[in-house]
This record gives sequence, structure tokens and C-alpha cells, in this order.
Amino acid sequence: MRRLSVNGVIVDDSFAEAFDMRATALVITAQTQRWARQAAITMTGFATSVIGCGCEAGIDHEVAASGTPDGRPGVRVLLFAMSTSELQKHVQSRVGQCVLTCPGSACYAGIDGEGKLKLGAALRYFGDGWQISKKIGGYHYWRIPVMDGEFVCESMTGLTKTAVGGGNLLLMGATPQATLAAAEAAVRGIAAVPDVIMPFPGGIVRSGSKVGSKYKALAASTNDAYCPTLKGTCVSALAPEIGSVLEIVIDGLNSNAVAAAMKAGISAATKLGPKRGAIRIGAGNYGGKLGRHHYHLRTLL
Amino acid sequence: MRDLLFTLRRLPEQRVDLSSLVPENLQGLVEKAIARLPIHTTSEKLCCGDLFKIRKGNPWSLRFEGGSDRFDFIGAGMTQGDITVMGSAGQQAGRLMRGGRVHIGGDAGPYAASRMSAGRLEIDGDAGNSLGGPLAGEMAGMAGGVVIVRGNAGSRAGDRLRRGLIVVEGRSGIEAGCRMLAGTLVLRGHVAGAPGMLMRRGTIIASDENCPILPTFIDCGPHRLVAARLLAAEIERLGLAWAGKLKRSLRRFMGDMATLGMGEIFVVSPSK
Repeated sequence: MRRLSVNGVIVDDSFAEAFDMRATALVITAQTQRWARQAAITMTGFATSVIGCGCEAGIDHEVAASGTPDGRPGVRVLLFAMSTSELQKHVQSRVGQCVLTCPGSACYAGIDGEGKLKLGAALRYFGDGWQISKKIGGYHYWRIPVMDGEFVCESMTGLTKTAVGGGNLLLMGATPQATLAAAEAAVRGIAAVPDVIMPFPGGIVRSGSKVGSKYKALAASTNDAYCPTLKGTCVSALAPEIGSVLEIVIDGLNSNAVAAAMKAGISAATKLGPKRGAIRIGAGNYGGKLGRHHYHLRTLL
Repeated sequence: MRDLLFTLRRLPEQRVDLSSLVPENLQGLVEKAIARLPIHTTSEKLCCGDLFKIRKGNPWSLRFEGGSDRFDFIGAGMTQGDITVMGSAGQQAGRLMRGGRVHIGGDAGPYAASRMSAGRLEIDGDAGNSLGGPLAGEMAGMAGGVVIVRGNAGSRAGDRLRRGLIVVEGRSGIEAGCRMLAGTLVLRGHVAGAPGMLMRRGTIIASDENCPILPTFIDCGPHRLVAARLLAAEIERLGLAWAGKLKRSLRRFMGDMATLGMGEIFVVSPSK
């Protein structure tokens, strides 16, 4: 494999392989930014991977009060799934269990997609007949009486079929500390890119997986080629000086957003240099056979 | 391109039906052809040119210099474009409107915006009775769009309102919002009589803190609701600067319990 170098950090001449997904965006508001964020954090919990969680979700960015429909501070969240029906199921259950329940919250569509998903239209029945439909300025809302007042929820949200899931970066460093520093820098860089999320804890995943397992029940298992403790015992992708690997997985509302996020991540991580951050940056793929979106790292430098 | 201008030559002897003078009917017509368009009256045969001097201009933007309370059906059924009347209008201005914008510089007669379903009707003066209301035999009144009355409204504003927003900036006559089915009626000025009689659903907002309330409405207490903030944002977007009042505590009355009882009247509290 030909290797490139930026600020002393080796960048693999490889590519990240990503998949088509269905996605939506929601804007959650509350009386304070803290409670809007709390609702967003709760509803995007346990949504790291479609493999085990059914959907992937995360916070895109905070929204100033001047930019939300009700003039209160808000947070924009993105949700991704492999099918429209699966996405509908998770939107309904997560908003119903995590946003509707949060003090003072309201929930609005955060995207005008080519399709529609039910939002308030699915949750309104919680009102037990006391719910009120309201059309204001061309938007349709449901007002559901709750114990602290009303939960206002837009009737429908947009659905995009051009979303991409699985953009990724592999950050390889000499020590766990240096690798984490590089990953944290990349996460900060990517966080500034709109329309993307990093669904894993703090944006970082330490348990990258390969397809399949020696155990029939498992569809995925640990990516042994990138486990530093297995160097020498299996076909390893790691040079002797690599002591730790962390991955950043990126889902975006479109392919350009994923590419921009990967570019921002590489830029931020390489600025640290190999001593304080990653020695090498790579990307995960399946030989180009599974996903139709290929992000070649050399084109993102 | 300047407006297609209709300058009033003389006041009509009888009521006239101006529903044919809407932008979509005038596309591709030269001034002479427009002048030959028949204007319906009660008995007299009139052409457009008999009433108006016509100056060529953008047929999507009509301007009437001079109005009359005998000019009925201005903008009736229009789907797009703009109509501005520098004067008053007769009855049923904007009836069955499905889009576009009508601006009446003076007063409008009864049944303005009757069964309108989209678009925007602005009346700088007063509106007559049954603003947005249905004609006899019709089941529902206005079904969408926005109506702004900068003056006063007669009785039964928003009668059988089905959808859409009506804002009355001045005083409202008796029985405002009666028989409402849904939609939103905002009464900024003095409200003459208890609003919302027999309303099934929908929202009435009364800025008059002394607004009388029917005994068939139930006091649900004062609240600061997100829905009111959404409405305030929409009213601000319409250019009405007093929308901030809606962010105050609003006392909610639910009714009319003489019928379905799912309607609501919000009365704005006197202070913040």
C-alpha cells in the first residue's frame, strides 16, 4: 500500500467504504439549552450501530433560540437506519420515550426530505382525545397535554434517502493516550461540519469490527487485524510501533457531508503530529464490495 | 414592471361583480380586450372600460385606483397574483380565494374571505359582518390562508372558521368566532360580546383582558404555552409588531361545552 504523509503522520492510500441509509433530522427545543440537550442526549442514547441498536443517532449541533420555530434554544439531532420502516419505528419510539417525557420539550422537523415520516402524527394518541391539531404558517403541529403544560410536536418530519452511513477514520498511535488525543482532535474538527454525526461514545469507537465470526450466532466480531495485543498472532495490519487504534464512524445526510467530515477529521488529527497524536491514519473497508460510497483518503488531504 | 392599473371613471349606479378581474383571467389580454370584458351588475349592461380607465402593466399585479362599497367579489376565486384596491370594497371580497394576495386600502363589506382556502387578504379599514363566514347553506367558512383586518370587524367574525388565521386589530363585533370548527381567530381590540359561541374546536385569542366569556367555557387557568410562541412567531412574520403579547401568560378557557367543547379562548393577561 502506498503511504502518504501529512505533518509527519502517515496516511494510508486506502478508502472508507460507506453505505446508503435512510435518515431524518429533528430539532428539539426546551426552556433552556441544558434541557434541550438533555432530551437530545437521551433520545440518541443506545444508537451507536444499526447492527445492535437498529438505528444510529447523534447530535448534529445546537440551534440558537433565534433559529428555532418557537424561539427557544434547541438541538438538532440526526437519526439513521437501513430502511424507512425501521427509521419510522425508532423515530416514534425514541421521541415518544425520550423527548415527550423531557420537561418543557418540543420537537420539530429538522429537514425537508423527499419523503415524510410521522412524528406528532404518531404520538398524538398519547393525548387520549385531548390532543389538538394546529396549523400555523403552513406547518402542522400536534399539541398534547402533559403534566407540565403541553408537548408540541410537528406532525411530520422529512426523510432523505440519500444519506450515507459508515464513513470512518482509523487513528493509530504509539500509546492509548496519544491515540485518544488524536481521536479527540478529529472529533472536535468533525463536530464543526453540519449534517453529520458520530454515533459512538464521544464520537469514538474502540471496538471496530470485521464481518463474521467463528461463532455462528455473531454477524460481526472484533477487528483482530487492528488489535495491538494480537500483533504477531494473526494477520495484523499494525506495525510494531502502533500500540493503540481508535475509530471514528461518520454518518451524514449526504455523501458530500461525509467527505467534508472525514477531511476535517484528518486535518485536525494530523495537526497534532505523530508524537502527540496518531502515527498513522487509515480507513476501514470491505474491499469495495459492500458499500457503493468510497472515500479515498488521498483525495481528502 | 408596473401594475396593471384600473382607474375609476365613475361610481357605478348598481352593485357590480368584479370577480372576472383577477390576474389569471387577464393573461394575454391587451387593454382594449380588458376594457371589453363584461362586468355583471344587477340589471345594467356594463363593460370594464365603462367603469375604469385601464393602463397596461403586469397582469399578475392589479391595482384599482378608487374603490366603492358596491364593488363586490373583488379577488373572488383568485389563485395567484396580487390585487390592490385604493379604496373600499363591497361584499364577499376574496371569497373562495385559493392563493395570491388582496389588499384593500379601505373598508370591506360583509362576507370578506368567505370560504377562502389559501392566500392572504388584508383590509386596512373595517370589515363587515361574517368575516370569513359561510353563506347560507354552506357548512364551513374560511378553510385556510390569512386575513388581517387593521380596523374593526362586524359581528360574527370567523363564523364556522375551518382552518387558517384571522387577525382583527381593531374592535370586534358580537358573536366573534361563533360555531368555529378549527383555525385561529386573533382579536386584538375590544371584544363586543362573548366570543366562541358553539365553537367545536379552534383557538380564539383575545387581547382584551375584559373579554366576556360565556358560562359554557371552563377556566383552565393561566399558562405560557409553546403553541402561543409559535403563533406569535407567525404573527410577527406577518408584520404585526404586538405579537410579543402572546408570549405573556394567557388564561385558557375551554369550550363551548354546549357542543363538542374542544375549542379554546386565550385571554392575554394585563401584565407580563
